[in-house]
Amino acid sequence: MIAILGPGGASAIAAAEGVRGRSLWLDAGRRLARNRAAMASLAILALVALLALFAPLLSRYPYDEIDYNVIACAPDWWPWIAACTAGGSHWFGTDAAGRDLFVRVLYGARVSLAVALVATLVSLLIGVVYGATAGYLGGRIDALMMRLVDILYSLPFIFFVIILMVLFDRNIVLLFVAIGAVEWLTMARIVRGQTLSIKQKEFIEAARAGGVRGRDIILRHVIPNVIGPVVVYVTLTVPGVILTESFLSFLGLGIQEPLTSWGVLIFDGSEQMDAAPWLLLFPALFMTVTLFCFNFIGDGLRDALDPRER
Amino acid sequence: MSALLEIRDLNVHFATPDGEVHAVKDASLTVGESECLGVVGESGSGKSQLFLAAMGLLAPNGRVTGSVRYRGQEILHAPARTLNALRGGAVTMIFQDPLTSLTPHMQVGAQIVEALTLHRKLPREEAEGRAREMLDYVRIPDSARRMRQYPHELSGGMRQRVMIAMATIAGPDLIIADEPTTALDVTVQAQILEILRTLKSDRKTAIVLISHDMGVIAGLATRVQVMQRGAIVETGAVDDIFYAPKTDYTRMLLAAMPRLDEPAPAATATGATLLTVDDLKVSFPVGGGLFAKPQQLRAVDGISFTLRQGETLGVVGESGCGKSTLARAVLQLLPRPAEAGRVVWLGRDLGAAGREEIRGLRRDFQIVFQDPLASLDPRMPIGLSIGEPLRALEPGLPREQGRARVAAMMARVGLEPGWINRYPHELSGGQNQRAGIARAMIVAPKLVVCDEAVSALDVSIQAQIVDLIRQLQADTGLSLLFISHDLAVVRRLSHRVMVLYLGRVVEMADSESLYRAPRHPYTKALLSAVLTPDPRTERARPRTLLTGDLPSPLDSRAQLTFLKSKRIDDPQAEQYRPRLIEVAPGHLVAEHD
Repeated sequence: MIAILGPGGASAIAAAEGVRGRSLWLDAGRRLARNRAAMASLAILALVALLALFAPLLSRYPYDEIDYNVIACAPDWWPWIAACTAGGSHWFGTDAAGRDLFVRVLYGARVSLAVALVATLVSLLIGVVYGATAGYLGGRIDALMMRLVDILYSLPFIFFVIILMVLFDRNIVLLFVAIGAVEWLTMARIVRGQTLSIKQKEFIEAARAGGVRGRDIILRHVIPNVIGPVVVYVTLTVPGVILTESFLSFLGLGIQEPLTSWGVLIFDGSEQMDAAPWLLLFPALFMTVTLFCFNFIGDGLRDALDPRER
Repeated sequence: MSALLEIRDLNVHFATPDGEVHAVKDASLTVGESECLGVVGESGSGKSQLFLAAMGLLAPNGRVTGSVRYRGQEILHAPARTLNALRGGAVTMIFQDPLTSLTPHMQVGAQIVEALTLHRKLPREEAEGRAREMLDYVRIPDSARRMRQYPHELSGGMRQRVMIAMATIAGPDLIIADEPTTALDVTVQAQILEILRTLKSDRKTAIVLISHDMGVIAGLATRVQVMQRGAIVETGAVDDIFYAPKTDYTRMLLAAMPRLDEPAPAATATGATLLTVDDLKVSFPVGGGLFAKPQQLRAVDGISFTLRQGETLGVVGESGCGKSTLARAVLQLLPRPAEAGRVVWLGRDLGAAGREEIRGLRRDFQIVFQDPLASLDPRMPIGLSIGEPLRALEPGLPREQGRARVAAMMARVGLEPGWINRYPHELSGGQNQRAGIARAMIVAPKLVVCDEAVSALDVSIQAQIVDLIRQLQADTGLSLLFISHDLAVVRRLSHRVMVLYLGRVVEMADSESLYRAPRHPYTKALLSAVLTPDPRTERARPRTLLTGDLPSPLDSRAQLTFLKSKRIDDPQAEQYRPRLIEVAPGHLVAEHD
C-alpha cells in the first residue's frame, strides 16, 4: 500500500502554513523583475514619461514661442554648423519657426505617449474581453459579436474620423477615441481565435465541472492563457498607433499647431533633413528608443507570464 | 548469435536551465540477430533517450559519449550520410504517437513508397505494389483504398500499422519500437503486438521493444533489460526476469501490473441509490455544411444503470464506444442536452434542472480526467487549481479555512502541501493526477467520475493512483464511475462492471461473475486482450482477437456485429435492437449469436 498521507503528513501541513499561496501575476511580477532588459526599458520609459510631464519646468522656452532671431538654429554643441548667437542656448536646436526643439520633443512625447497608452489600453480592455467572451460563448452569440466587428472593420477609417470631427468638433480626446475604436477590432479577432482553441482544452472542462462560473473561467483560465499573442500584438500596436496619430495630424485631422507630437515632428524634420538634420534626428531618436523599450517590456511580459519559461 | 547492435558505456547528458541532467548512465547492451530485446522502465528512466542517442537522433541540447556499433561498425558520431543510409534502411524506428510521426498532408501510400525508394531504386509501379503488399502484411483491410487516404482518416491502430509497414518495407535487420502500443486501446494493442510477433518469426527481424508495461514485453521478448533512473539495473532472459527478478525495482514493476486473477471487491454496496440513468441517448451532428444535412452520430444509445452510495461501477469499452460522452452526459457537461432519457440524481431530474441549480449540485459530483497535464491550467499554480471548486462552490468559506483544506487535501492525496505554488509542468504525470484527484475531492463529493483517469500513466503509477482512489473511497464512502478501456484496470476497483459497444450496453454484471463467466463475445474478446506479466501464458495463449477497427457508428449494421443473424444488409436501414437479457440476478447480457 502506498502511503496515502504522502511524505510527512501532518508535519508537512504545518510546514505549508508558512508557504503563502502565490498567483500567476505575483510569480510573473517576480520573473519580470529578474529580466534586465525589461527593467532597464521600464526605467527609460519612466524617465521619458517624467521628462514629458515636467517639460515646462525643464526649459525656459515655452513650446509655442516663435523667435525670428533663431530660425532653424543648430544645437549649440552641434559640430560643422555654427549655432546661432542670438538668444540663449538651445540643447536640441530650433525649428523653422525658431521654437526650441527640446521643449517641443517633450511636448510631442505627451501626445504620442498618451495616444499610445490610451489606444493600447482601450484595445486591450475591449478587445480582450470582447474576443474572449465571443470565443468562449461560441455559437450564435459568437457569430453575432464577430459580425459586428466585421462591420466596424469595413468602415473606412479616415471617413469615420472625419465624421467624428464634423460631429463633435476638433478635439484631442476624439483622436484617442477614434484610434482606440479601431485598434480593438484586430485584438478581438486574435483573442477570439486563441480562445476557441483554448476552449477545447481539458482544463476548461475541469473548471466547469468544478462549478466555476463562465465569467470566472474567462478571467482566470482563458485570458491568462491568451496573453502570449496578446502581448506580442500590443508591442506591434504601440508603434502603429503613434504613426496613425501622425498620419491623422498630417491630414489636419489630428492635433493642431502649435501643439505637436513625435509623428508630426518627424514628418516636419524629414522635409528639412538636408539643411537641419537635428530636426529629424532628435524626435526620431526619442521615438526609436521608446519603441525599443515597449518591445523589450512586451517580450519580458510574455516570458514572465509563461511559467514554463525560466 | 552474433551482435547486430552493440552499445558500450553510453552516457547521455542534457544541458538544461537547471544544470546538467545525466539521462543515461553507462548503458551497455547488445542486440543479437533476429532476437527481441525488451527494455522496460518508468517514464524518465532514459530508455527512449538511450536508443535515440544511439541512432544519432538526440535533441540539440544533448551530449552523448560511449560507443555504438552496428555489425562491428562504429555509428556514434558517424557523419550524417552514413547514419541516413542506416536509419530507415537497416535500422528503423516506430514511435509512440503514430499521428505525429506521419506527415499530415501526404497520402499514407506515398509515405510508405517514399520510405522504400529512399533506400532502394525501384520503378514506381513496383514500389507501389510492394507498399500494398506491406499494408496487407500488417493486416490493413482494403489496402488499395487505404493507400490513397491521409493519416487523419485512419484510426490510431491503423496509423500504427502504417508506421510498422513503413518501418518494415525496406527490409531492416532491426526495428526499434518505442512504446508502440501505449496510446492504443488494449484490443488494438493486442493486434499490434501480434503483428510484431509475426514480423519476428517470418522475417527474422530483430526488435527492440521499449515499454513501461511488463505485459507488453512478456509475450514477445527473448531477453529483457530493466532501466531505472538512466541506468540498466537488471538484464536477463525473459523467464528469469519475470519468474526470478533480482532487484526490488523489477519486482515492483511486476507487482504493479493489474491482474485478472486478483480478487475483485465484493458487490456489497447496499447504500441508497444516488444516480439513476434511464435510457439515455446522446447524439452529435457530424459532417454537413451549408447545404448538406448533418448526419446524427449516436454516441450514447439507450444506456440505463443505477449507482448506489459507496459503489463503484466500471465502464469498459474501446475508444469511440461512447464512454466519455456518457460521463459528460451524467455530469451535465455536454454543450447540448441529451436527446432522450433521464439522469436522476437523488430523485432530481438533472435534465430539467436550470444551469444555476446544476452548478450548485456540482458539489456532489466531480470528475477526474485522463490527461493529468491537459486537465490542469498550465498557468495556474496547483494549489489554486485544487482550491478552485472550493472557491466556486463554497463562496462563503473564509480564506484561511480554504487554504487549510487545500493543504489537508494535498497531504491526503500524497502531495507535499508546500507545493501549492508549483506549476503542473514542474510535476510528474502521477503527481499531476494526484492534483486532479485532489481538485475533484476537495468539495467532498458523493460521486466521482474517473474518465480513463489512469490510462495515460505508467503501469507502476497506475497502481498507486488506483490504490489512492480505493483508499479515498473507503474513507469517505463515495461512489465511483470508473471508466477505462482496460478490463484489468477496472477490476481492482469495481463492484459492478458495464461493458459498452458502440453506445450500447452489451453486458453488465457484478465483477465476480463478469470476470469469471463472461457471456457476451465482446466481453470475452476484451478479456482476451488483457496482457499478463507472465511470459509462458502470454506465449502460449490463443487469442480471440477482434480483427480490424471498431466499425463506424454511422453504419446502422455495426450494432449487430454480434448478432449477424438478424442483420439487414443496408447501412441506412432501421435495424433490430438487441435486447438485454437477465441471465442471472443482476447479470445482463445483450442478445448475440
